[in-house]
Amino acid sequence: MRRYAADVVTLARKDVRLELRTWQTLPAMLLFVVSTLVIFHFAVPAASARAGLGLLWVALLFAALLGLARAFVAEREQRLFDALVLAPCDRSAIWLGKAIAVLFFLVGVEIVALPAYALFFGGLGGRTVAAVALADLGICAVGTLLSAVAAAARVRELLLPLLFLPLALPIVIGGVGASLGHGRYLGFLALYDLLFATLCWGSFEYVVTE
Amino acid sequence: MIVARDLAKRYGRKRVLANVSLELRSGELLLVTGPNGSGKTTLLRLLAGLAAPSSGELSHAIEREQVGFLGHEPLVYRELSALENLELFGRLYRIRERGERIGMLLERYGLWDARHERVAGYSRGMQQRLGLCRALLHDPALLILDEPFTSLDGAGAELLDRELAEARARDRALVVATHDPERLAALATGRLALA
Amino acid sequence: MSSLSSRLPPLAVLATGLLALGLAHVFFVVPDDADQGFSYRIFFFHVPIALTAYACFGWGAWKALRHLQTKRGGYDLESYVAVHLGVIFGTLTLLTGSIWAKISWGLWWRWEEKQLVLFLVLFLFYCAYFMLRFSVEEGAQRANLSAVYALFGVVLVPVSFFAIRLSQSNNIHPVALTSHGPNFHGWILVAFCVCLVGMLVLGSALYHLELLGKRLDARLRELREEAA
Repeated sequence: MRRYAADVVTLARKDVRLELRTWQTLPAMLLFVVSTLVIFHFAVPAASARAGLGLLWVALLFAALLGLARAFVAEREQRLFDALVLAPCDRSAIWLGKAIAVLFFLVGVEIVALPAYALFFGGLGGRTVAAVALADLGICAVGTLLSAVAAAARVRELLLPLLFLPLALPIVIGGVGASLGHGRYLGFLALYDLLFATLCWGSFEYVVTE
Repeated sequence: MIVARDLAKRYGRKRVLANVSLELRSGELLLVTGPNGSGKTTLLRLLAGLAAPSSGELSHAIEREQVGFLGHEPLVYRELSALENLELFGRLYRIRERGERIGMLLERYGLWDARHERVAGYSRGMQQRLGLCRALLHDPALLILDEPFTSLDGAGAELLDRELAEARARDRALVVATHDPERLAALATGRLALA
Repeated sequence: MSSLSSRLPPLAVLATGLLALGLAHVFFVVPDDADQGFSYRIFFFHVPIALTAYACFGWGAWKALRHLQTKRGGYDLESYVAVHLGVIFGTLTLLTGSIWAKISWGLWWRWEEKQLVLFLVLFLFYCAYFMLRFSVEEGAQRANLSAVYALFGVVLVPVSFFAIRLSQSNNIHPVALTSHGPNFHGWILVAFCVCLVGMLVLGSALYHLELLGKRLDARLRELREEAA
């Protein structure tokens, strides 16, 4: 158990270190989310508070997709999956370490995006923030696994959104519902996270091995 | 250590490997030769456990963590330094006295001075040496090397020769795919020629 | 292989028989519904088709699980064929559902119809499954990835259904019109059951047919290679 945790930490640190050195993903996600919010302002002329919240979720989801598309780029281009799969660590640790790193970046983006949203559109409640936090867990869990799946494919940049969006629908439903003040959606999001994280944890082994 | 019988590998409709049988024990060095496209890389990946055979039997008497592998790529993170790379794999392989072992390997392969620089800035030969360090880091019982002499200059090749001889002397098992079998002819205990 | 081909004729006959019986039942025996008149009869096909689609996806997920457990045999192909059929039945579900909505309410699409919305999500999900299969080279890796994704699909079904139901109950997406299925009793229940079983048997027959075809194709290829 301690070894597992140590492996996860080692891998997560490696990914964060790589990003901090290359800055390949985070700035792009930040710019994307702010630009998207601006576009939304003009695209939806008389955005009510309710409609605006929906747009926040769309912006966050697509910013996350941007980051997820880059998640396994080093492993894919430099064939490092081989090195990681050969290592004695549990394969699910590869998934968990990467998911934690992606979560780290996503939260970093949201630290900018949420205040920007509040600035542009007004009205950001505690429930919304809680919903975003819970949704992040689900997005990172499922998205990381699917990023590895797409990494094996030819048209991977196109494939990841296709694979991910149907699975992200419950997250959007839960997130928007919670943002509009209905507490039970938070419970639903937590359930989604638990269910799918468990599924990802158990099945990642099969994604990276033959 | 490894017993393989009638191994075959196909990717969909393409048959890459057929009817390969071999046995490898400690202290043996198996040379795998053959023209391009004959399936050398595929066989080595099967032996390392990175791929599963489509048919046939393959049994390993050792754990995954006792296998060292060097493929066509050096398998190191280009944006990290040599030291950071070896630290990473050192942790994953739970190597005791990591610092010393890493230092020793970097020195031996002439990478000590460049240890803090990004691998992306290394020459291909230096990257190959680092890949070797990574493969040797945990002192594996089974070493699988896919054309390891690629990109190595004279000095590097000599280092590798010595490393392989030492490994054999210490009863390690080795599988080496190469285009230049004569180089290791003296050390080799077996040959496998793929069509 | 022989067990497949021997099961096919009786299945096909049974399917044809049941569906013919069901059709006759639906058009001649069952009375008109109080609210919707004649048009609700499409329900007798729409729901069995939907349930058959679910059954196909479930079967596909089961075969996917078997593949991951054993990594051998034809489980990957069986899973793929099941999902394929599920998508076909799913498309039919969306079509019949849309027709029913048009006949009943004059709209081609209604977000209030939870089943339809769920099917739309599943349809998108399993279309992505096919995109995945087409983007990866044939082999063990593709089989593994497909199997994992198929399993995700099966978990998505209840989660999505729950989510859609939640979103309707809180009036986030206002439900202007509610729909009632016909009350189950007497001949209506019988007709429904006959159609349901008939549709499931049809699904099974098509599954075996497609599987047989694909296996023959693979065997032929193998023989050609050996001859070459």
